[in-house]
Amino acid sequence: MAYSDKVIDHYTNPRNVGTLDKSKTNVGTGLVGAPECGDVMRLQIEVDANNVITDAKFKTFGCGSAIASSSLATEWLKGKSIDDAMAIDNMDIVEELALPPVKIHCSVLAEDAIKAAINDYRVKNGLEALVAEKSHH
Amino acid sequence: MNLPIYLDNNATTPMDPRVLEAMIPYFTQKFGNAASRNHPFGWAAEEGVDYAREQVAKLIGANEKEIIFTSGATEANNLALKGVFEMYKDKGNHIITCTTEHKAVLDACKHIEKLGAEVTYLQVKSDGLIDLQELENAITDKTILVAIMYGNNEIGVIQPIKEISAIAHKRGALFFTDATQAVGKIPVDVNADGIDLMSFSAHKMYGPKGVGALYVRRKNPRVKVTAQMDGGGHERGMRSGTLNVPGIVGFGKACELCQLEMAEESKRLSALRDKLESSLTTLEESYVNGNREYRLPHVANISFKYVEGEGLMMAMKDMAVSSGSACTSASLEPSYVLKSLGLSDDLAHSSIRFGLGRFTTEEEVDFAIEQTKKAVNHLRDLSPLWEMFKEGIDLDKVEWVEH
Repeated sequence: MAYSDKVIDHYTNPRNVGTLDKSKTNVGTGLVGAPECGDVMRLQIEVDANNVITDAKFKTFGCGSAIASSSLATEWLKGKSIDDAMAIDNMDIVEELALPPVKIHCSVLAEDAIKAAINDYRVKNGLEALVAEKSHH
Repeated sequence: MNLPIYLDNNATTPMDPRVLEAMIPYFTQKFGNAASRNHPFGWAAEEGVDYAREQVAKLIGANEKEIIFTSGATEANNLALKGVFEMYKDKGNHIITCTTEHKAVLDACKHIEKLGAEVTYLQVKSDGLIDLQELENAITDKTILVAIMYGNNEIGVIQPIKEISAIAHKRGALFFTDATQAVGKIPVDVNADGIDLMSFSAHKMYGPKGVGALYVRRKNPRVKVTAQMDGGGHERGMRSGTLNVPGIVGFGKACELCQLEMAEESKRLSALRDKLESSLTTLEESYVNGNREYRLPHVANISFKYVEGEGLMMAMKDMAVSSGSACTSASLEPSYVLKSLGLSDDLAHSSIRFGLGRFTTEEEVDFAIEQTKKAVNHLRDLSPLWEMFKEGIDLDKVEWVEH
């Protein structure tokens, strides 16, 4: 199975690799997946007073598609409002990266990581966690 | 050095040009059907097959009449297991094998279970070897066959074949071994090893794809298998079908070359393998899988903790290896062989198999070492697990959100 050029690009030059200070109240962290499953994604967002995501970072343990999905997610998150970020759908990632069917779970994981990071931010700031609608598995 | 380099010689090997040379006349000039007894075209083909049969038999210390040509090791495994069960089921219905066998053996066992066989799957120890005492305990008066592989395809571990066959024979059972990874790489002698049936394949030893053999003992005891394909009664009635003459000729040549070059080649490859292993295990949290003493000379299976195998292979640019991470398969399950050793799923996902071969050079091994080190370090920089490990977090205590 060959990877698409976009997967290879994100994999080779991953954007926004790193760690934000998770003790800050305006930083939300999502850690999803499990080592036994071969995928773990950690996605972090930094949010300003206007509910806009000013920075996003990731680290991922997983295959090339998992790394590319999370790299792409951080790119999309920067500059988006929380509401717009919440609306990112895993199928958008599938389409952008041309992921084959066996790799769709990588995009689901990225969507889960986005929602987990947003919810972590919300809970930290006294808001209730949003219940994510079911992703396209 | 030409890129990419090939280090997946347990999957298949490139054909030796000397093998190709031997095969070529049998496509266009000596194209006859080896079963055509009445004209020179048939005779020429038969002559080629006869000579190849001798070459193949010689490599494993057998008589040429004991070689049944097949389409490969998968067919030979199927013929051995199904054919023995069908032939001897009145004597007993119990078969013993182990959990790290190739799928062709495990799935053939599953098949005959449906036909009434009872199969015991021995667990292996953490080094990949079976426990001889467990084998002894598992044998009953109903045991007709013990089926244990010679060398493992993922970790290269060599089972104690002589001891296993002795235990089987003591209790009147036949001994079958899938020796696909071992024949041509290490000395295999069906008499010294006490083997009654043995499968092996040409394309793992620098021969062509699509041809293999089942060794079936003719004396002490005389072993018979029920044919699994009906037809012209070729191969002493055990495997019908027009012989793949060019393939068989190539198989014979490949066996002859292995016999001539094995001693030197295995010495050279084990030295290169050791170099690869000792360099790569200088990386933190990297582990060699399988017994390091009893194993094939050309395989190294290493887990690099906190990086995922498929992602790692993608980063190991310009080199072909394979991984115990089955991220590409539908099941997403990591290697059952590594899991049988007791490896946790995450370590199994983090494994890479390096398979060296006849055409592997030291320069290529040096390149592989550098590329692998670079790739592991690169991916650890990306890995949240590595960061957590470095922070002293016990990953076993984290509550993971499985998907």
